[in-house]
Amino acid sequence: MHNSVQTTIMSSSQQTTATSQDIENSIDSRAETDIVPPIEAGAHLDDDDRRRVFDFMLQTREFDLAMLRLYRQGRAFGGVYSQMGNEATAVATAYALQEQDVLFPMHRDIGAHFVRGQSLHALMLNHLARKGSMMRGTDGTGHYADPDKRIYGNISHLGAMIPVAAGFLMASRLKGEDCVAMTYIGDGGSQIGDFHEAMNLAAVQNLPLIVIIENNQYAYSTPNSESFACERLSDRALGYGCHGVTVDGTNPEAVYDACFEAIRNARGGGGPALIETVSMRMRGHAEHDDFSYVPREVIEYWGRRDPVDRYEKLVLERKIMTADEIAARRKEISSQMNAVIDEVVELPFPDAEEGFKNIFMD
Amino acid sequence: MPTMTYLEAISDALRTEMHRDESVFILGEDVAGFGGAFRITKGFVEDFGKRRVINTPISETAIIGAAIGAALNGMRPVVEMQFMDFVTNGFNQLANVAATTAYRWGIPVPMLVRGPAGGGVGGGPFHSRNSEAWFAHTPGIKVVCPSSAADAKGLTTAAIRDNNPVVMFEHKGLYRKIREDVPEGEYMVPLGEARTVRSGNDASVITYGSMVFTAREAAEKLAQEEGADIEIIDIRTLVPFDEEAVLASVRKTGRALVAHEATLTGGFAGEIAARLADKCFEFLDAPIRRVAAFDSPTPFAPTLERAVLPSVDVVTKALRELLEY
Ligand SMILES: Cc1ncc(C[n+]2csc(CCOP(=O)(O)OP(=O)(O)O)c2C)c(N)n1
Ligand SMILES: [Mg+2]
Repeated sequence: MHNSVQTTIMSSSQQTTATSQDIENSIDSRAETDIVPPIEAGAHLDDDDRRRVFDFMLQTREFDLAMLRLYRQGRAFGGVYSQMGNEATAVATAYALQEQDVLFPMHRDIGAHFVRGQSLHALMLNHLARKGSMMRGTDGTGHYADPDKRIYGNISHLGAMIPVAAGFLMASRLKGEDCVAMTYIGDGGSQIGDFHEAMNLAAVQNLPLIVIIENNQYAYSTPNSESFACERLSDRALGYGCHGVTVDGTNPEAVYDACFEAIRNARGGGGPALIETVSMRMRGHAEHDDFSYVPREVIEYWGRRDPVDRYEKLVLERKIMTADEIAARRKEISSQMNAVIDEVVELPFPDAEEGFKNIFMD
Repeated sequence: MPTMTYLEAISDALRTEMHRDESVFILGEDVAGFGGAFRITKGFVEDFGKRRVINTPISETAIIGAAIGAALNGMRPVVEMQFMDFVTNGFNQLANVAATTAYRWGIPVPMLVRGPAGGGVGGGPFHSRNSEAWFAHTPGIKVVCPSSAADAKGLTTAAIRDNNPVVMFEHKGLYRKIREDVPEGEYMVPLGEARTVRSGNDASVITYGSMVFTAREAAEKLAQEEGADIEIIDIRTLVPFDEEAVLASVRKTGRALVAHEATLTGGFAGEIAARLADKCFEFLDAPIRRVAAFDSPTPFAPTLERAVLPSVDVVTKALRELLEY
């Protein structure tokens, strides 16, 4: 983290060059000499899309800040897993899906829930374990399913939903339905057997499964160097015989273009894809974790690459929104969020008897 | 009524359900073409095509996980474990994904995971397990252990039509050992209804799976030698458990022996014994007995295997003691 060699993580249409190791080696701790490359317009989003993608990113950021406040007030339940640093990835990946496609998100993909049209109210009911929540209080956070919005949440066991997403597609094929599935896994979670078995099955069965590896440098306190020894996680695609690419996970244009192309290929019968998005988990694993094990200069380096700030520059430059409009929109989202929270925290918890119901379906 | 082996009965149920319902499909190792290690799906791929009879890589997690995903998307997958021992490799999918989905999401996961289990055939530690208790201890999963050819067909049908994850332990020792009358066409034995294998008044044997045969031999022997009148209840399914039938039998006979081929400690016999102690203590004329395998892995050599698995002699001796108490 000393020299000032610039990492260039290119969009999927180009050859990718940077690896996690490169990034680690190239981190420039000196803000004066660390030049953050501006985000350039990609191939597949238009300005209307950009406005929406940026808005979903703002919603994601405000959601995170709201959850943080709740945590600090002692009003949050369970782990509060920050989305910070992952906004571009969560939003731009899901934005590449079509309505009939299906999303199997992970714990840092709240942005994807917003893209699929999930309401803040429903999300808050879940996060705060209130009566009327989608899972009746049996489970929380993003673990819910909402079949109408084609969202099937994760369970805690990392990687478990990747084979489930593959099987979902086997059923789509039997039913003759056009459906692509997108799911997510971390730099840590992608070391588990479920990941390997599902990638291989999806490749053998030629399923339109898009697996996003969110490489945010850490799995809880474990750095990448202790999780895997390959250069790029997307290199594994070669071993499965599928499409694979690494992109800058803080750049929604690059993420979107990579997903757009992988989805087009998969929908056309080209099989699954592995897309590694490189970014940084900007906070602890969850809010109880002070992440003091992350070197300060690493946080600073990635702080200068904040996905929301980076994209805001493009939005301004292309005159999609003015600075005043952005500030006003942030305020609006924040006050909507607070209004929903104020309403939800007043709601009762679910009735205790819910705990005894629905072990089996009729 | 045609006669079928236990194995043919399962095959017949699968075939019948696949004809009846387009959403039923099969996935597993070597199931297409080859027909599976025990040839239960022999000829299926020719009849139903490669999309409904799917050969998978050796990936139990992915196979079971994929079945869950397909079930979420409206199908009724049937997964074959080449041997039930290998379900351990997919345990997480069953115990954490499949078992919790109804509770958390209220969405049905209709799927059947089935395959050969049980010992007595020289399979050794890794091809002989009876691991039904793990699943009975996991709320959200139904557990089926057929002991007759007709039940094998009827329970397979019911398991496929059930809207929940079902795990079925087929006893491989019974596959070709028994040939019985089996109803033709669609035939269903509801999950959760015990069967009286043999009526009697002196003592009840509560059992399932291969031990039904062991118990029957012991009961016949005692009937001939001592005129004892033993009742045998085959619970057929551990989950749901037909508690009423078991309690009724023991209330009648006053003596209970609970038997399974699985190992003793933490086995389902302990659960049954506890319920009997709870709910018909005042009807009991003797302490509840259990007969089960010795608490060891299933050994390979025939001498060792015979010694650790419960035999007719062990059941006979336990019954005699129960009657004499
Ligand atoms: C199978 C399994 N083992 C352990 C855990 C505990 N755990 C939860 S998240 C986590 C770290 C995950 O890191 P990564 O996959 O990189 O995702 P990130 O949180 O960094 O986005 C661990 C160890 C788990 N949820 N599942
Ligand atoms: Mg990580």
